[in-house]
Amino acid sequence: MSEAQDVNIEKKKNDSRILKTDSIIGNFFSEVYSITSFTMRFLKEVIKPPYEFNEIMKQSFLIGYKSLPLIAITGFIIGLVLTIQSRPTLAKFGAESWLPAMVAVSLIREIGPVITALIFAGKVGSGIGAELASMKVTEQIDAMQVSDTNPFKYLVVTRVLSATLMLPILVIFADAVGLFGSFVGVNIKGNVSAYFYFSQVFQSLAFADLFPAIAKTFFFGFAIGLIGSYKGYNSTKGTEGVGKASNSAVVFASLMVFIIDMIAVQITSLLQ
Amino acid sequence: MTDSEKKIKSSIDNNPEEIVVEMQHLKKSFGDNDVLKDINLFIKKGENLVILGQSGTGKSVLIKCIVGLIEIDNGKLIIFGKDISELKQKELIKIYRRIGFLFQSGALYDSMSVRENLEFPLRRQKDSMKKEELDNLIQEALHEVGLDEAIDKTPSELSGGMRKRLGLARTLILRPEIMLYDEPTTGLDPITSKEISNLIIAVQEKYHTSSIIITHDIECARLTANRIIVLKDGVCAAEGSFEELEKSTDPWIRSFFE
Repeated sequence: MSEAQDVNIEKKKNDSRILKTDSIIGNFFSEVYSITSFTMRFLKEVIKPPYEFNEIMKQSFLIGYKSLPLIAITGFIIGLVLTIQSRPTLAKFGAESWLPAMVAVSLIREIGPVITALIFAGKVGSGIGAELASMKVTEQIDAMQVSDTNPFKYLVVTRVLSATLMLPILVIFADAVGLFGSFVGVNIKGNVSAYFYFSQVFQSLAFADLFPAIAKTFFFGFAIGLIGSYKGYNSTKGTEGVGKASNSAVVFASLMVFIIDMIAVQITSLLQ
Repeated sequence: MTDSEKKIKSSIDNNPEEIVVEMQHLKKSFGDNDVLKDINLFIKKGENLVILGQSGTGKSVLIKCIVGLIEIDNGKLIIFGKDISELKQKELIKIYRRIGFLFQSGALYDSMSVRENLEFPLRRQKDSMKKEELDNLIQEALHEVGLDEAIDKTPSELSGGMRKRLGLARTLILRPEIMLYDEPTTGLDPITSKEISNLIIAVQEKYHTSSIIITHDIECARLTANRIIVLKDGVCAAEGSFEELEKSTDPWIRSFFE
């Protein structure tokens, strides 16, 4: 092979790399633009009547009530495991009596909201993504449109609102069950009364712990509902797209939970 | 002016009030792919128009343009004598309410029962309707398509033919003046296909609907068509009755009927 041919092949490889990079950057910005337009459309549709109250109630039941068993089990295990894992370290420093306070603060401030949001993203975000994508593939969304129904309002707005409203309630529930799990954990190797344990818990908590922790869960819920809906509503490629929409909804929503959490923590620490 | 345009012009000039849908130089592209290049056609009141063509020639795109699911790029689309590009959203909604669409897959709402599938469009368009009136309409619609027994079933419990019939009942319950059928017999056995074709004729006779039927099924075309248009390369390549096209001198058109 001549030197000129080698140079040509190398040039083609470089060109293809540049094209690939261009297409990745292009896709990224096009996705950002697309999701921004989707969010703007949501904000426009959410204030415009008619309001789909019945569907919001139905979705809140499906998204919230049906998630309770999973959230309860997860919350209980987190509380229990956190207590059992922290105990030896605190015991080393003779600070075992701090266990309820430490578990309560970490559970309420951070672990409860983030873990519940991640579980919620896995169950609800992927569910919304898959449901809307399959509705798109089977032309149900088109059928809704020709039935004089605004499918965006009926399917997307209701699901995003329900996810935004239900996640904070689920987080409060998970926190409560988590504290109960922690109480069980404390009593595995000791004998602490419920009154004493929970007085320690409530003494250690302040409004500044509760409010930002609950406030950020509204944003978690909004992001999970919106991303699930966006991925499902805009899915392509037939049945293959259903799996992709569901999968990418979980991945993207989970990532957003961490990003929102990081921003919320920064804002809270600046305000304190 | 081409032959097809002359035909359209003379038909419209003779019976302007009878034309319910008219397309003039309609164009639609997806990226570089020009699906509909220059479509000129019309549908008369009470007429069944069958559109034939190979896969990917834009037959479904054409009827989706009529109902507003796909926006046209160029040309004129006139429905009930009104150019839709000049209409406001509210007027457009009024027009679309008079059009029914039977999707290829039936497009039934999986999360709803048969009853809820029929109730949904009724509630959206006639929210003041009383429960008794609603139930009567649902039962009547199911009876018309022979699905009286299936009222409490879910779509997943229905066969392909039943799903198509339910899709038809859901569309008919709103009493549309124009019916658009997207491959109504695809994936069905010959007996069920014939049942669906007979239902299409029954709908035309009972409700005097104008219909566009997209199909590959020649038997369905033979049974239902008052007139047939053959699409090729994004234009209307031939037009006529079943018998006329069957005897066409163009071997490509004749190949559809062999």
